Amino acid sequence: MRETPTVKKGDVVLSMRHIAKYFPGVKALDDVQLDLRAGEVHALMGENGAGKSTLIKVMTGVYERTSGTVTLHGQDINPKTPQEAQDLGISTVYQEVNLCPNLSVAENVYIGRQPMRFGQIDWHRMNADAVKLLESLDIHVDVTKTLDSYSVSVQQMIAIARAVDMSAGVLILDEPTSSLDSNEVAQLFAIIRHLRDQNMAILFVTHFMDQVYAISDRITVLRNGRYIGEYLAKDLPELDLVTKMIGQKFVDANTQAHRPSKDYSTVRFVRMEDISKRGLVHDFSMAVRAGEVLGLAGLLGSGRTEVAELLFGVTHFDDGVIYVGNDEVKRMNPRKALADQLGYCSEDRKVSGIVGDLSIRENIMLSLQAKKGLRRIPLKKQQEVAQKYIDLLDIKTPSMEKKIGDLSGGNQQKVLLARWLATDPKLLILDEPTRGIDINTKREIENLIVKLSRQGMAIIFISSEYEEMVRTCDRIIVLRDRHAVGELTDNQISQDNIMKVIAGGVAQ
Amino acid sequence: MLAKLRIKNTALAAAVGIFAILFIAGSVMYPNFLSLRVLLNLLINNAYMIVLAGGVCFTILTGGIDLSIGAVVAMTSMIAASLLRSGMNAYLVIAICLLTGVVFGTVQGLLIQYFGLHPWIVTLAGMFFARGACYLISVEAIPIKNQAFYNISQFKLYLGPGRFISLNVIVALVFLALCLYLAKFTKFGRTTYALGGNRQSALLMGLPVARTKILVYTFSGFSATLSGLMFTLYTLSGYGLNANGAEMDAIAACVIGGVSLYGGIGSLFGPFIGVLVAGVIRTMVDFQGTLSSWWTKIFVGTLMLFCIVLQAVIVEREKARKADAQQKKRKKKEPAPAELAEAKS
Ligand SMILES: Nc1ncnc2c1ncn2[C@@H]1O[C@H](COP(=O)(O)OP(=O)(O)OP(=O)(O)O)[C@@H](O)[C@H]1O
Ligand SMILES: [Mg+2]
Repeated sequence: MRETPTVKKGDVVLSMRHIAKYFPGVKALDDVQLDLRAGEVHALMGENGAGKSTLIKVMTGVYERTSGTVTLHGQDINPKTPQEAQDLGISTVYQEVNLCPNLSVAENVYIGRQPMRFGQIDWHRMNADAVKLLESLDIHVDVTKTLDSYSVSVQQMIAIARAVDMSAGVLILDEPTSSLDSNEVAQLFAIIRHLRDQNMAILFVTHFMDQVYAISDRITVLRNGRYIGEYLAKDLPELDLVTKMIGQKFVDANTQAHRPSKDYSTVRFVRMEDISKRGLVHDFSMAVRAGEVLGLAGLLGSGRTEVAELLFGVTHFDDGVIYVGNDEVKRMNPRKALADQLGYCSEDRKVSGIVGDLSIRENIMLSLQAKKGLRRIPLKKQQEVAQKYIDLLDIKTPSMEKKIGDLSGGNQQKVLLARWLATDPKLLILDEPTRGIDINTKREIENLIVKLSRQGMAIIFISSEYEEMVRTCDRIIVLRDRHAVGELTDNQISQDNIMKVIAGGVAQ
Repeated sequence: MLAKLRIKNTALAAAVGIFAILFIAGSVMYPNFLSLRVLLNLLINNAYMIVLAGGVCFTILTGGIDLSIGAVVAMTSMIAASLLRSGMNAYLVIAICLLTGVVFGTVQGLLIQYFGLHPWIVTLAGMFFARGACYLISVEAIPIKNQAFYNISQFKLYLGPGRFISLNVIVALVFLALCLYLAKFTKFGRTTYALGGNRQSALLMGLPVARTKILVYTFSGFSATLSGLMFTLYTLSGYGLNANGAEMDAIAACVIGGVSLYGGIGSLFGPFIGVLVAGVIRTMVDFQGTLSSWWTKIFVGTLMLFCIVLQAVIVEREKARKADAQQKKRKKKEPAPAELAEAKS
C-alpha cells in the first residue's frame, strides 16, 4: 500500500498543476501550482483567505477539486477522502481541531491503525508504542489520559506526533505553531529538520515570518486564490515576501510612538483585589483605567486566561473582590459582565467562540443582541454594523450572509473580534486576538486596539507574542505560576524585560 | 486485574452505587426482597431491555440516536407471530426477523449518512413505519402456538433448586459481552467513540466515518429485532402495541449508565446498569403492591429523575476534585524559574 519509491534530495515528489477550487460564490483557488521536493521544507504563504488551507484540503481529498491535476511520484492521484491520501503517504495536520478530545492520548495517535493481536486491538502495545513515540519527540504525557486533560499546545504537539509517525513521503503542517510556545516551536523545528534530512517533503504554513525563514528552503506565495510565485527562501527578503503576499508595498508604520501618552484618565474602571480561585489564580490584584491598554504576559498556563475568565465571570472566584466602577461585585457572570459593559474575546475560537452554522452577520451581532435583550435589532441596523466591521477588519467574504464555518481560519478570528468590538464595551478583554491572523491585518488590529483605547476604552490584552504586546500595551502585568510576579510600565516595557520577569528576574 | 476493572466513568460508578443503594433499601423495606430470586427475576424481566439499550448505545456514542427501536420490537413480534401462524419453521422465522432488523437499520443509516438527514428525523420516520407495519400485519394480537418456539421459550438454566435463568438472560449476557468487546477491542468500536468526540476530526484523521455511521444503525436495528424476538419469547404473542415507549426506556438506561447524549463518552456497561436501576425501581414498586399503575409510572419517573440529578451532583463534585488534584500535581512538576529562563533564551 505504502511503498514509497526511493527519492533523492531535491526530486519533485508531489506536484499540483492548474488547481482550481470553486465554492458557491467564491473562487478559493484559481490556476494554482505547487511543487514539493524531497528533503525540503516548503512554506506556503498568503494572507488570511488566500487559499492555503483550501489547497491543502484539495491535495488530501477533503475537498474535491474543480479542476487541475495532482501527481505523486509522477503518477496522477485523486484521493477522495483523507483516508485515501493517508494511504498514499500524505499525512496532514490540519489547521482546525485534529483530534478527538474524548479519546486517550495513545488512541489519538494510533486510531485507525491500532496494533492488532488475535484480531483485536492490542491496547497494551498501543500504549507502549505511544509512550515510545512521544518520548522520542520529547513530549511527556500520560498516554492513557484523555486528550482533553492537556492544554491546547500539548494537544497540538500530539497531533503533530500522529502525523509525523504516519508520514511516508509527504508531511503537511497547516499553521501548526499558532498555539505553541517558543520551546515547543523549537522542538517542532528539530523534528521537521530531522524528517527533512530523511528526504521527506514537507509543507509548512504559518503567519510568523521569523519561523518561515528559520525553517523553510522554498516559499510559494498565494494571493486571493491565485498563484504568485515560487522562490528560494534565501533569495526573498522578508519585506519582499510580505509585499508579494499583500500585493502592495508593506509599510511597517506603527513602531510605537503612542505609548507614553499619559493623559488617560485616572479613573480605575475595573479593579480586581486579591482574587483567588483554588488551583487557578492566587491573590491577583490589578486595576485597569479607561483609555489604557493593560497587558497580561506570561507563559502558556501561567494564569493569564484564568484571570480573564474570572473577570468576565466564566469561572467564579473563591476569594477577593471585583469592582466595576464603584460597585462591588461579589459574583460575576457573563450576563452581568455584559450589562456592566465588559467584553471578552476568548482564546479558543473553536470551543467557546464561533457558532459555525450561523452567518457572519449573525455571529457579529450575537453579543450586541445579547446585551440589547429580547428586542431584536432591526435587520438594517444589523447589516450596517456587520458591514462596518467587515470593512474595518478586512474580513474576506463575498457576503455577510455566508456561514462563518466556511471562512478561512484567520477570518473567523476576525469575526470573533468584530463581535466584541460591536458591543462597544467600556472594557474589552482580548485573549490572543491575533492568533492565526496574517501580518498585515495583525498590524491593523494592533493599531485599532491603540486607537480604541485612546478613545476611552479600557483594554486588557493577552498574547503570547511579546513583540505585539510591547507595541500595544501601556502597562504589562507579568504572571507566573498563577500569580502576578511583576509589572512593567513606560520604558520598562520591552521583550527582554518581559522574559526576564517571567524567568524570575527583575526588570531594568 | 482488579485495577483494570476499576470504573473510570464517574457517572457509571454513581449508577452502580445507586443500584446498590436501591437494592439495599428494598431489602430493608420489604422482607422477601433480598433474595437470589428477585435478582434473577430482575434479569429475566429486563433481558430484552438490556439488548435494546446496548444496541441503541452505539448510535448515541456517535452523537446520534435511534428512536425506531421500540417500534421495531413490536414489528418483530408481529412478523414472528404471523410467520409462525402460517406454519413456518421457528428457526427460519428467527433468521428472517434478524435479517429484517439488519436491513431496516442499514436503510436508516444510509439515509442519515448520504442524505445528511438528522437521525431524529430518520428514525422517527422509521418508528412510524415500523408501528404502521404492525397494524398492516394485524390489528389484533396474534398468539403463538408453535411448539418449537414454545420449547425455546421454556428453556431454563438451573442455578439451584427453584433458581433458574431463562434463555433470554443468557442471550442478554452474551450480547452484553459482545457489546463490551466491540466497543473496546475493535476498530469499529473505537471509531464510534471518535465520531462522537468530534466528527470533523474523525474525518480528517482518515477514519472510515461513513461506514461506521451506517454500521451503528445496522447494529442498532439488529439488536432491536433480537430484543423483539426475546420479547416475543417472553410474552409468546405478537402485538402492535408491544414495547410502547421502549425506545425511551432504552435511551434513559443509557443516560443513567453514564452515556453522554452528546456522544463519545460512556461505557457499554452503562446501559446494562441503567436497565437494572430502572428494573429495581419497578421491582420496589411491585413489592409495595398498593400503587395503581398510574402511580407506578409517576413513582418510577420521579425516582429516575432523582437518580439522574444525584448522579449529576456526584459527577460535578468528582470533576472539581480531579481538577484540584491535577493542579496540585502540576505545581509540583513545574520547572524551576532558572531552568525556564534558560529554555527560553
Ligand atoms: N467550505 C467552504 N465553503 C465556502 N467557502 C470556503 C470554504 N472553505 C474556504 N472557503 C473560502 O475560500 C477562501 C480561502 O480559504 P482558506 O481557508 O484556504 O484560506 P487560508 O489561506 O487558509 O487562510 P488563513 O490564513 O486564514 O487560514 C476563503 O475566502 C474562504 O472563505
Ligand atoms: Mg488556513
